[in-house]
Amino acid sequence: MASEPNSNSLVNFTEKVGRGTIGAIETFGHWGVLIGESLYWLFRGPTLKQPVRANAVVFQMMEIGVRAIPIVALLSATIGIMLAIQGIHTLRTFGAESRVVVGISLSVVREFSALITGILVAGRSGSALAARLSTMQINQEIDALKVMGIDPVRYLVVPALLAMMVMLPALTFLSDLVALYAAGLFVSVDLGISQAAYWNQTIEILSLGDLWHGLGKAAIFALLITLIGIVNGASVTGGAEGVGKVTTRAVVQAISAIVVTDMLFAFVVTR
Amino acid sequence: MSPELSEDTPLAIEVTDLVTHYGERQILNGIDFDVREGEIMVIMGGSGSGKSTLMRHLLSLEQATSGTKKLLSQDVNKLDIKGRTELSKKIGVAFQSGALFSSMTVGENIMLPLAEHTKLDKQTQQIMARMKLEVVDLAGFEDLMPSELSGGMIKRAAMARAIIMDPRILFCDEPSAGLDPVVASALDDLILKLRDAMQMSIVVVTHELDSAFKIADRITVLDRGDILACGTVEEIRSSSNERIQNILNRRTEEELLDGDEYLARLTGADYEPEESAPL
Repeated sequence: MASEPNSNSLVNFTEKVGRGTIGAIETFGHWGVLIGESLYWLFRGPTLKQPVRANAVVFQMMEIGVRAIPIVALLSATIGIMLAIQGIHTLRTFGAESRVVVGISLSVVREFSALITGILVAGRSGSALAARLSTMQINQEIDALKVMGIDPVRYLVVPALLAMMVMLPALTFLSDLVALYAAGLFVSVDLGISQAAYWNQTIEILSLGDLWHGLGKAAIFALLITLIGIVNGASVTGGAEGVGKVTTRAVVQAISAIVVTDMLFAFVVTR
Repeated sequence: MSPELSEDTPLAIEVTDLVTHYGERQILNGIDFDVREGEIMVIMGGSGSGKSTLMRHLLSLEQATSGTKKLLSQDVNKLDIKGRTELSKKIGVAFQSGALFSSMTVGENIMLPLAEHTKLDKQTQQIMARMKLEVVDLAGFEDLMPSELSGGMIKRAAMARAIIMDPRILFCDEPSAGLDPVVASALDDLILKLRDAMQMSIVVVTHELDSAFKIADRITVLDRGDILACGTVEEIRSSSNERIQNILNRRTEEELLDGDEYLARLTGADYEPEESAPL
């Protein structure tokens, strides 16, 4: 008799793990279908006289990229200065504060710019994408598109995906420049190094591979943010409460995916 | 029935043995259904009768378990993407909520099918949108956002978008739901006007009896996934079928149970009907 509760909780646990696994496989399957359909419409659409609309892509690029420039610049500058302060403080212990440029440039370009930009865009545009799609789903706007013969993937998903894939790496590159510049200003003032010397050192330290490391990660983050936003948006049930739930879930999942992917990427690339 | 309609009028919609499921639950139990060209067919039934499900299947928004459906003599299940897109140009849908795109103006909403499916320049699209807005009595509202319109205006704008491509079949989901009687009656008149002016087949899903009797050439009554009856307004009105009369007299199933039986159903208790006393 005493073993019954234990066996019940074991069954419950196994059931939960099983359901979670099936859910995860379903989600990955959904992502795969979305990527496949997006590629189909991108390349096959023009031959079916249903091309992806360039103005929709430009509109999304403005929303995702251009309008995010001020906040990305502000936070990148803050991260750059923070890295400079922390780096100088730590290296001063060993009397090696002049080597701070190595730490700053590699951390910014390989790690922090892509990460902070990805998290910002996930919060800003990933949530907007999930909210927009879920609201459209509830208001039958997605059904309206389908019955008008307008494929929702071509009309809604592909422009957002393309814009995200272009603008997130572009914002990351901007973030690299702003963070390095802000860090350089602090280093110049604090250590008395000239701006020219700082930039010379930075260029000497950084390789093209470091730059691609950050930009490549940004492209992967862009894919993750879009897919998570769309899959969550499309899965909405209920009314306004449902929209709130899927939006929150999309942001949490996207940020978690970005951080975990960042760690995996760093592990694989540095092996 | 419209004087032009007869048994020989070609079919615009032909559904055969349509079976649908939602999860494990069967919703439609093998429906046979047809609509003639130029006919207004009203689908009626109580909540959960399957009328909205039937409409979603006619629009290919859901996948049926089995059965065939032909729209304008084309088997929808056998069409490829291109065929479906071509067919969609001949079909217009006015959804219950209007389903206007909230990020676009009324004019942009109405022009969307033209922008996607034709090579007309913007100016021509605008002229055509204005003409359709004129038809639904919304001229001059093209620059407003959907959020600035009343419920009745949203439904009329949705109707304008549905007819922008001059479709051969128009579907209207609960066109008069939630509207005051005057506006609802005006929408009924609009549906009749569209049929007469554009000779289109119109399928209207509604539970508004007055509206159904006013506009229908034929009425299909659905109940629990089955077609109870299909016929002209007079045939439906004079039907001796008790379930149809219950629907027409708006009597719910609960109202037809006696008090003890209703209580037993709510509580899940066993119920044994009292034997009637011998006379």
